[in-house]
Amino acid sequence: MTGRHVAVVGAGPAGLAAAETALSAGARVTLIDSADQPGGQYHRMLPEAYRAVRPERPQHGWRDFDRRRRRVLAHPRCAWWPETSVWALERPDPEEPGVPRVHLLRGPADGGGRRRLTLAPDALVLAVGAHDRVLPFPGWELPGVFAAGAAQALAKGERVVVGDRVVIAGSGPFLLPVAASLLEAGSRVLEVLEAGTAATVARGWSRRPWQLAAHAAKSGELAEYAALLIRHRVPYRVGRTVVEARGDGRIEEVVTARLRPDWSVVPGSERTSPVDALCVAHGFSPRLELPVAAGCALRRTPGGEFVAVDYDQRTSCPGVYAAGEITGIAGAPAARAEGALAGWFAGGGDSAAPALRPLRRGRDRGRAFAERLAEAHPMGEAWPQWLRPETIICRCEEADYASVCRAVGNEASAGARVAKLETRAGLGPCQARVCGPTVAELGARLTGRPAQRHAEGAPTAGPHRRPIAQPIRLGELAEPEPSPEDPTAGPHPL
Amino acid sequence: MYGTRVVVLGAGIVGCACARELALAGLEVTVVDRGAAASATTAHGEGNVLVSDKGPGPELELAQLSRRLWPQVLTAVAERLAHAARAVEWEPKGGIVVATTDAGARELTRFAAGQRTAGVHTEVLDADALADAEPYVTREHTAALHYPEDAQVQPAAAAAALLADALAAGAVLRTDCEVLAAVTRGGRITGVRTSSGLLEADWFVNAAGPWSGELSTRLGAPVDIRPRRGDVLVTTPLPPTVFHKVYDADYVGAVGSSAGDLQTSAVVESTRGGSVLVGSSRRRVGFDDRLRPEVLSAIAVKALRLFPTLAGVPVMRAYGGFRPYVPDHLPIIGADPRLTGLWHVGGHEGAGIGLSVGSARLLRELMLDQPTAMDPAPFRVDRPAVLGGGAGTVVEEAV
Repeated sequence: MTGRHVAVVGAGPAGLAAAETALSAGARVTLIDSADQPGGQYHRMLPEAYRAVRPERPQHGWRDFDRRRRRVLAHPRCAWWPETSVWALERPDPEEPGVPRVHLLRGPADGGGRRRLTLAPDALVLAVGAHDRVLPFPGWELPGVFAAGAAQALAKGERVVVGDRVVIAGSGPFLLPVAASLLEAGSRVLEVLEAGTAATVARGWSRRPWQLAAHAAKSGELAEYAALLIRHRVPYRVGRTVVEARGDGRIEEVVTARLRPDWSVVPGSERTSPVDALCVAHGFSPRLELPVAAGCALRRTPGGEFVAVDYDQRTSCPGVYAAGEITGIAGAPAARAEGALAGWFAGGGDSAAPALRPLRRGRDRGRAFAERLAEAHPMGEAWPQWLRPETIICRCEEADYASVCRAVGNEASAGARVAKLETRAGLGPCQARVCGPTVAELGARLTGRPAQRHAEGAPTAGPHRRPIAQPIRLGELAEPEPSPEDPTAGPHPL
Repeated sequence: MYGTRVVVLGAGIVGCACARELALAGLEVTVVDRGAAASATTAHGEGNVLVSDKGPGPELELAQLSRRLWPQVLTAVAERLAHAARAVEWEPKGGIVVATTDAGARELTRFAAGQRTAGVHTEVLDADALADAEPYVTREHTAALHYPEDAQVQPAAAAAALLADALAAGAVLRTDCEVLAAVTRGGRITGVRTSSGLLEADWFVNAAGPWSGELSTRLGAPVDIRPRRGDVLVTTPLPPTVFHKVYDADYVGAVGSSAGDLQTSAVVESTRGGSVLVGSSRRRVGFDDRLRPEVLSAIAVKALRLFPTLAGVPVMRAYGGFRPYVPDHLPIIGADPRLTGLWHVGGHEGAGIGLSVGSARLLRELMLDQPTAMDPAPFRVDRPAVLGGGAGTVVEEAV
């Protein structure tokens, strides 16, 4: 036993693997997730009460996951804290380097009885994953338009189908498992539309084929999804996307169009089809508010910003490790390998352990996979051409494209924070999680001014800065700050 | 004065207000900021235009001047730039100060009596009048006063509107441009070296807010302006719940205090978007921008004492900023006695949004040798709190 206390935030594939190896290294582990069961988005399960006879049916790698889940949750040195969210990470005084203190709220988010707790761990593993990136287009705010991940969560977690006649559109291989989940749950999927053109996708996937072979598990999974689409006679079209959703109070039809490699619309290629639901995902946005709150450095890639980690999954912040989609979008196998490495080192494991070699290999294969994923499914530069002046950019605050253009196009109000306060884009309940990357990108294009330079001491205006990571009620905030929990204590009674 | 070149250092609300006054007076104005305009302290405050929190004295007089100027300035801006002026969200909603202890009530009554002699409008609210004005405020109060002159603006938009007006009058904005050092000749500043080259001018205005101390040190004429951190909580949008700017009587004490450790007092108000802003805290922690949950907690405790019904309302974000603080709590407006051509406007602590237009007016009058709207002597640079021994600590804190 190393006696170290490791807090793992997120119990998806990466977090669960991290908990497992931290325990093997001899540490005590507190595993935290906002859901009531482990698994994350990838292994989302039906709630206990609605558990089907064979809950594993719509699942991949279920058996391994189930074994790992049981091992971790039953371990005497593991405390499993479901329905617990991290609302703040408190960085230590720069004079006394240490791991950020973890401020938690325990209990169902909509319930009245949440408790405030804090943890002062020796190491912190952040494995909080990603959510769908959804680009705006006319009508995307209509009821019946879903982020693909949300639709999948409904299908997997509650067996709720979003509609009878569904179109899935966007970019990236994630569209396939979403289609599979919807088909399994009983929806009719009319078509799956990949915005990338055939040439772009093929170029990305055919380059360096040995990497793909090495990543056989993931390719195999994709092949299965493809087979499922064929079985259900669902067309998979490349170089086409939904450029408009229409309907009276609810989506009734979509306009799809053929795209050029830069995602500009080929004139005259528009087609209208009746639907009752649309699922969209244009890749993923890593959930960066906790890494940013912890003070972790980010790295910029063609596919967006991610947490920078070293060979052992260490971030720039001492004692803080990152694993899974926040370090790069690479899927569950890579997330598991990263999580296993992060947990081992966070738990004080020996860096010469022989088991590390296959893990590192797995992780490196995952990163290579992430790279080719980004190459095969780049976001086309010309997507803002889909927008009209009245197109909503921020759904929470109903800020439209014209107001964003006006604010950032005006020299006096072009500063990111000034434009945000003026247009209100990003100030609503989702706190820019959906529109943040879009507004940042539009701002950079319209002003020709890249991301805002950070002046020393000046408040940062980054799109991922959310010091309050989850809403907390004023009454909860007013409770006296609890002293750090004893990690050896088991699950906390509510 | 045509042809006189002025460089305003800092594009926060004070710099923007100065740029506007000087550009409209016919000077050739360049505004420089190391980041983007209105993005630092200006965009992290509550947008207060208050007279209620100041006792009789020069700062109240400056606040009254500014309160008179704001509607005039916005009307003038609206004639040229209607959209920018609308975005300012000028709202003369009035302030209500509530005491919850007997000692607080006595202090508030005494304070208001002094303000009345200085021409501030205040009216005592009895329990019924308070319940009419603010139905959700605590019933457990011992005194309440209404200040009809208090107003609110959306601060970043206010700065942007002043700046846009300055630009329309011929001023030039240079962002991402950091000042490194002064170029002097014979005791006179003739230029500044910046990250994007040399800028020459006849006059330079230090309007760098809480960074004024550091900037003035770089220019070789240090003034003692230090950062004092504040935090604000923002709730999810609510149906109308808070109708005025409502604060507890402790706030007045906190504004005037010099304590370095944490001070909190409740300041609660709604924005046009429906969110409720909950402040405020004062801490002297240099430029440390880390979130401190115990500070947010202390703010929440005080706010709930005023509005117990807000306990179930979710806070969806918090932001913090740095106020420019001078040890004697008076702004600095005037020429530097050591370096000819350098002027300072700053040190307004938490009142800079409100006081910006009055300060800019005084600066213009002093620069152009015009009769001044009020006696500017209390704000002179040449006073012990500004040039005294404290100036050395500015450098330390800034490092």
